Amino acid sequence: MNRRTLLSGAAALALTPALHARAQSGKTKIVFWHAMTAALNEEVNRLATAFNASQSQYEVQPVFKGTYAETLTAAIAAYRAGQAPNLVQVFEVGTGTMLAAGAAVKPAWQLIQETGADIKAESYIPAVRGYYSLADGRMASVPFNSSTAVMWINQDAFEKAGLDPAKAPTTYDEVTHAAEALKAKAAADFPISSGWFSWIHLEEYAALHNIAFASEGDGFSGLNAVLEVNKPDFVKQLQRFLDWQKAGLFKYGGRDSAGDTIFLSGQAAIGFNSSGIRGDLIKSAKFKWSNAFLPYDPAIIKQPINSIIGGASLWTMTTPTRPVEEYKATAAFLAFLAQPRNAADWHQHTGYVPVTLAGYEQSKTDGFYAKNAGTELPIQQLTRGSVTQNSRGLRLGRLPEIRNIIYEEVEKALQGQQTAQAALDSATTRGNRVLREFEKSVHT
Amino acid sequence: MRRTIFPGWLLPAALVLPQLALTVVFFLLPAGEAVWSSLTRTDPFGLSSVFVGIDNFNDLFADPLYVETILRTIGFVAAVCVISMGTALLLAVMVEGVVRGRGIYRTMLIWPYAVAPAVAGVIWLFLLHPQIGLLGRWLNHNLGWDYSLNGTQAMLLVILASAWKQVSYNFIFFVAGLQSVPRTVTEAARMDGAHGFYRFRTITLPLLMPTVFFLIVVNVVYAAFDTFGAIWALTQGGPGKATETMLVKVYRDGVINLDLGSSSAQSVVLMVGVIVLTAVQFRFMGKRGK
Repeated sequence: MNRRTLLSGAAALALTPALHARAQSGKTKIVFWHAMTAALNEEVNRLATAFNASQSQYEVQPVFKGTYAETLTAAIAAYRAGQAPNLVQVFEVGTGTMLAAGAAVKPAWQLIQETGADIKAESYIPAVRGYYSLADGRMASVPFNSSTAVMWINQDAFEKAGLDPAKAPTTYDEVTHAAEALKAKAAADFPISSGWFSWIHLEEYAALHNIAFASEGDGFSGLNAVLEVNKPDFVKQLQRFLDWQKAGLFKYGGRDSAGDTIFLSGQAAIGFNSSGIRGDLIKSAKFKWSNAFLPYDPAIIKQPINSIIGGASLWTMTTPTRPVEEYKATAAFLAFLAQPRNAADWHQHTGYVPVTLAGYEQSKTDGFYAKNAGTELPIQQLTRGSVTQNSRGLRLGRLPEIRNIIYEEVEKALQGQQTAQAALDSATTRGNRVLREFEKSVHT
Repeated sequence: MRRTIFPGWLLPAALVLPQLALTVVFFLLPAGEAVWSSLTRTDPFGLSSVFVGIDNFNDLFADPLYVETILRTIGFVAAVCVISMGTALLLAVMVEGVVRGRGIYRTMLIWPYAVAPAVAGVIWLFLLHPQIGLLGRWLNHNLGWDYSLNGTQAMLLVILASAWKQVSYNFIFFVAGLQSVPRTVTEAARMDGAHGFYRFRTITLPLLMPTVFFLIVVNVVYAAFDTFGAIWALTQGGPGKATETMLVKVYRDGVINLDLGSSSAQSVVLMVGVIVLTAVQFRFMGKRGK
């Protein structure tokens, strides 16, 4: 029975042995839990092996723990049992939860201070660092793998519709015109598709247009934040998708990455997806593709600013008896990852954006962007303009749950069961209830 | 019934101890912990935990969406039971009539039972996904099939995927049940001129009733608890909340949303449901036994 499995699963995790066993060789061993699959998993192992070979004091052991959600749950269960891993990879929407974890985590700024490790907050790209920093700028976790959302173009479909694939639409009106042309020429099954609806069309949209997703500076300055996604600019945005759908221009493909298949299979001409699907496109796409900036609405902003990231960061966890040496080892590993060569390799091998400025420069020097057209665009989108309180990311507790609520309400609107305003009103009310529950749970 | 009398109590105690220990470790302790945490509000890391009485239950039942989820679950369970048992009974009766290759039919029909629920979900996904499914693409083009944005179709899909797997299990029991229907009775009926469906309805079905009752309970428990894998793989409870059963909600709130108080309260609600169901079943079986 699943209920029992869940409970006994947590118990089994608690019993996972030998998490911080010292090696006989005298090396300090640390454990790193992550959620990287397939080729990404291999890349993590490669980095760990390189770190272990680079010095003789410390040894890091990477362990794959499942999806992001499963990894977080496992880390929490392990902490409760006094067996937390030294380092855990947590997705960006789990940041609010981790910040409220009090003694369970050691914030990055504190780790750096205590160990004197060679990690400088300024070396990370501001839009990346901002997501994982406190309101006063101190870094809470260390950026690791970051992507952002872009607009993918199926060049074959564009050509078929008589559009110039080199000149991607930049505003929403231009997207609409392009979609109409694509439909008129039947250049693709669906002119527009999208994955990650909440992330791309509400969260990124808010950042790009410099409008607040939630009060209190998107939650950075207080747990009492309330959602603002039922404001006119957001209603306009959802209405746009409802109109597109009605006109046969937009195809909803499901939640999170489930919506990616329509573009990947070549059925859509324009796909709103993560910049991270590049690898999948290289491997499987049977059409010519390119990426472009996310569109903007000139009625709201003349010059769109930086987009926000998706992905994950690395959190240092504590146990009551964890020796100082292990924190030093953790800091040394984090410093190793931030070295320009390693940061650049991680970026070039995986398709994530570079998280450090030096890693970005290194990749330029390597000629990576000249050789791989379009790979620089997500970074340009992340770094344009200057970061405002609306574009540094979201700091909301239980954000995965809020995203899920948004999916539910948007799906009801797309099924014609409610209007855009009603959907976002309902999402706001339900989401705020979750925020208040979170506030109570960490304040009591 | 034959009774075995043990001298003293030491040996019987030792004999039941392993079973009791298992029950305590794998059921009573976790269940007790679930009940306790359903009465608290706690942050994910367990740093602070406050006793809040039945607040979590009040919140649950004050939420119209949760009540909807309960009703949806009842509908889902009923549909899965009817479809899986109905199909299994039909197949079992038909196989009785097969002369050549009966063994092969039976084996083939039992196979799906070995498939894990999540794998069953993925198989159906590859079959019926509107964009990448073998059948789904055709259905999408011709009949507007798209369960990612049609609640009714999504529900139909998870019911089919869940019921399909359970047909095998029910089939085994129905085949066994049919074999225990005395030939003499059916033959007598045949000689009296009772034909086909009439014979089935008046003779076979009543004699099969114990099997049917047993299977109802097993299927209800299956549909309520073991279908999580299939639903999660196919729809994750969407679109909207169209396929969110109580167990999907327990998982989502507990494992993903880390709201342990509410998730535990939901588990307790489920547990009470199963206890009631089992009690009813035992009473019923007991009465029939007499």
